[in-house]
Amino acid sequence: MTSNEDVIMATSPRVLTQNPLKKIWMPCKNGLPDQHISQRRVCMTNCPTLIVTVGLPARGKTYISKKLTRYLNWIGVPTKEFNVGQYRRECVKIYKSFEFFNPSNEEGLKIRRQCALTALNDVRQYLSVEGGQVAVFDATNTTRERRGTITRFADQNGFKVFFVESVCEDPDVIAENIVQVKLGSPDYIDCNTEEAMEDFMKRIKCYENSYQPLDEILDRDLSYIKIMDVGRRYLVNRVLDHIQSRIVYYLMNIHITPRAIYLCRHGESDLNVKGRIGGDSGLSSRGKEFAKCLGKFIQGQNITDLKVWTSQMKRTIQTAEAIAVPYEQWKALNEIDAGVCEEMMYEEIQGHFPLEFALRDQDKYRYRYPKGESYEDLVQRLEPVIMELERQENVLVICHQAVMRCLLAYFLDKSAEELPYLKCPLHTVLKLTPVAYGCKVESVCLNVEAVNTHRDKPDNVDPSRMPEEALLTVPAHQ
Amino acid sequence: MRDHLLAVRSEKAPCQTTIAEAIMSSREVGPSNSASPRELTQNPLKKIWMPLPCKNGLPEKHISQRKVCMTNCPTLIVTVGLPARGKTYISKKLTRYLNWIGVPTREFNVGQYRRECVKIYKSFEFFRPDNEEGLKIRQQCASAALNDVRQYLADEGGQVAVFDATNTTRERRQTITAFAEQNGFKVFFVESVCEDPVVIAENIVQVKLGSPDYMNCNTEEAMEDFKKRIECYENSYETLDEVWDRHLSYIKIIDVGRRYLVNQVQDHIQSRIVYYLMNIHITPRSIYLCRHGESDLNVKGCIGGDSGLSPRGREFAKYLGKFIESQDISDLKVWTSQMKRTIQTAEAVSVPYEQWKALNEIDAGVCEEMMYEEIQQHYPLEFALRDQDKYRYRYPKGESYEDLVQRLEPVIMELERQENVLVICHQAVMRCLLAYFLDKTAEELPYLKCPLHTVLKLTPVAYGCKVESIFLNVDAVNTHRDRPENVNIHRTTEDALQTVPAHL
Repeated sequence: MTSNEDVIMATSPRVLTQNPLKKIWMPCKNGLPDQHISQRRVCMTNCPTLIVTVGLPARGKTYISKKLTRYLNWIGVPTKEFNVGQYRRECVKIYKSFEFFNPSNEEGLKIRRQCALTALNDVRQYLSVEGGQVAVFDATNTTRERRGTITRFADQNGFKVFFVESVCEDPDVIAENIVQVKLGSPDYIDCNTEEAMEDFMKRIKCYENSYQPLDEILDRDLSYIKIMDVGRRYLVNRVLDHIQSRIVYYLMNIHITPRAIYLCRHGESDLNVKGRIGGDSGLSSRGKEFAKCLGKFIQGQNITDLKVWTSQMKRTIQTAEAIAVPYEQWKALNEIDAGVCEEMMYEEIQGHFPLEFALRDQDKYRYRYPKGESYEDLVQRLEPVIMELERQENVLVICHQAVMRCLLAYFLDKSAEELPYLKCPLHTVLKLTPVAYGCKVESVCLNVEAVNTHRDKPDNVDPSRMPEEALLTVPAHQ
Repeated sequence: MRDHLLAVRSEKAPCQTTIAEAIMSSREVGPSNSASPRELTQNPLKKIWMPLPCKNGLPEKHISQRKVCMTNCPTLIVTVGLPARGKTYISKKLTRYLNWIGVPTREFNVGQYRRECVKIYKSFEFFRPDNEEGLKIRQQCASAALNDVRQYLADEGGQVAVFDATNTTRERRQTITAFAEQNGFKVFFVESVCEDPVVIAENIVQVKLGSPDYMNCNTEEAMEDFKKRIECYENSYETLDEVWDRHLSYIKIIDVGRRYLVNQVQDHIQSRIVYYLMNIHITPRSIYLCRHGESDLNVKGCIGGDSGLSPRGREFAKYLGKFIESQDISDLKVWTSQMKRTIQTAEAVSVPYEQWKALNEIDAGVCEEMMYEEIQQHYPLEFALRDQDKYRYRYPKGESYEDLVQRLEPVIMELERQENVLVICHQAVMRCLLAYFLDKTAEELPYLKCPLHTVLKLTPVAYGCKVESIFLNVDAVNTHRDRPENVNIHRTTEDALQTVPAHL
């Protein structure tokens, strides 16, 4: 039994009421929802998790930390990363040289230790007080002693610990790492490339002698994954629970091979033109035009081994047909199910379901259409797509507005509040290229006119609002 | 977590049975002439849009592509390990899982081949490394098995073959790798390493003592002989090595999952296999499956919807609560769908429960809340198509059983991770889950009997699952509709409705 849910010794089962926003059935007392309803969340355990990176500098710890944090937040697990290097930069305003990291530099050691403790304190605050579920403690943590300190800290606070060690001796990989993310670091703002490179190599050396990798025997009771040579090989020890299992699966699927992901919607559809949502209509003539242009654009990009994915709805498949490359249909890429509102215009939704329309504006991410889906549901549905996108290299995903918003939010680390309002216009291709710790986005409008289907959040989201107020932001249509 | 990729393989012709869609087989559509994109037609059974032109009125054939052998390459999984390390357990479980998610898989147990060749097992002496005769036979059996593997993967449309044998020497593994290369198969090794005597002893008790090899032995004799058998392999055992085998793709499972070593995962299916193997365990536990109590729509003979429990349904919920209590289950997790009727049922069980959207009943699309009689009236063609292929049939704007399986895969994965769980769900959903545990085919699945007010208790035992069916003695309507004899689209209404169960 989880600690925050009471055992109900009810003699008569409680009455259920359906939450109007998410359409979740919950037990209620005196007309109000009773206890904290247990709805399937990713993180079953009430125990927060502390992920601890381990590894020499330039082994991808921060890359992994940021990516993992982004993924966990996207699937709905509140996660935050704590980069000790950041704390150090705040403490020691100007970085002079690698000497700071010299193991015999007492002053340096003291400062670094303080920074680690400050970061751990913030971790405690985040996990115990602010409702965080996972904290990623990003630092070298290369000695058993330091890891012991962290483990004790976690024990005291009731956090589970999971170590993520990155081991790599490939000089090419390390050099590329330094180029991508170290040279541009605030530490090296006033250095040229050679100086920075040389200093950083010496910095790495400072850690090498005292490095105690996670050991098969000495650390056999710890939970960890050891990533070797950027994913060629993994050692996984004592996975404790669901979230750790998901983290391992994710880490085993990501790679750093350069590639590009193209996201776009189907060409303009007949229902789009009429201002209707959902449905399974075909392309309008302008939509067909777009499909042709998309084919030319893709050809022009000269992409090696491009995979093309569509949904199972006619309009995306029609679009793919014009590209002259084999494509794969994913049901998971289907547009959000608008349930009883399928194929309606916004005006009709306001006419028939004004309360629903207002609730949607109040919380567009969590709002579930009656007999339909929410953006939150969509994210869950799309997780396997994201996982496979991580495995793949060059991919073009031809999908739909709500779906594209979800995928984009994952790549660009957008919050649940921003996600449903991301701009994903028709006839525009977004080219995403991983760079440093994030994603470069290039937006390519293929110059074929289309209706605007983007509806902003209106000022008045109250159910008692006037129809005009509700329909203020509806885009023009036939 | 995951509704997974449902790649659609184009049907060769509507009259042929679709080759079971492999999760990773691409829906290979050859390039169209971009000057005039092809027209699309929607397959009436699965509601999948496919391009024309047709030849002779049939959709265009599956076109093979010059792509890298990534997805169309069959995979050969090869177990490695001393006897009694769970290789066959893993092989069978993995095979069952892959088939359930739609990847045609078959296991080839070399021990079986040996039993067919050497009719009567005498003793461990057969396995002595200096027994020339024995070695020869064992080599032959391995070759015969590999030949059948080739047949299955290259000719019969199999996607994955699990070659279950000790494969403890580098030499034997080399032979297999060469064989795979010649035939264009990818190889993935699954090694199980364990030195815990308690685990090994339990393994022997569970699956060796009852083996055909030891039919005429008592427990001590069998135990002793088997231990000597293991010894025969120990000296020549060459475990997968970090350096020597660094180019092979494999997972090494150490101490029944305490620790894993994963090397060179090549593709999606291997990644899924690794994920699955890392989530299964052998801790004894039970899984209870049941449906919600009888609902108001059940009583009316209507499908789908989101109605509440009938009075008999509420009665059942009470009994379910009492039953669960009497089972005295430690740390029971209770899962429901997000539909009112399962939650109402769980409310009576006095244990916290979790709602899973993934456990919602199959979406009947335009047929939601209809009676079968109404479906026949409004959509006779749909009704017939459903009877023709109930597994693959997708309701208009709804789902198919095939879709359901994809949606339920994360539930299965979490069930594997968990221990004691009660799942309160729905008829079609329960059929899918049951089919996974009992290794039922896509053809059998939609007709599995999952009556209301009956709890199925599943307990893993040996290589399978023991099922106990407990009817909680509260009457309910029958909602099981058998496949009628006449599934032709021109059949009479009477023929169509012949097997509809009685209702108000």
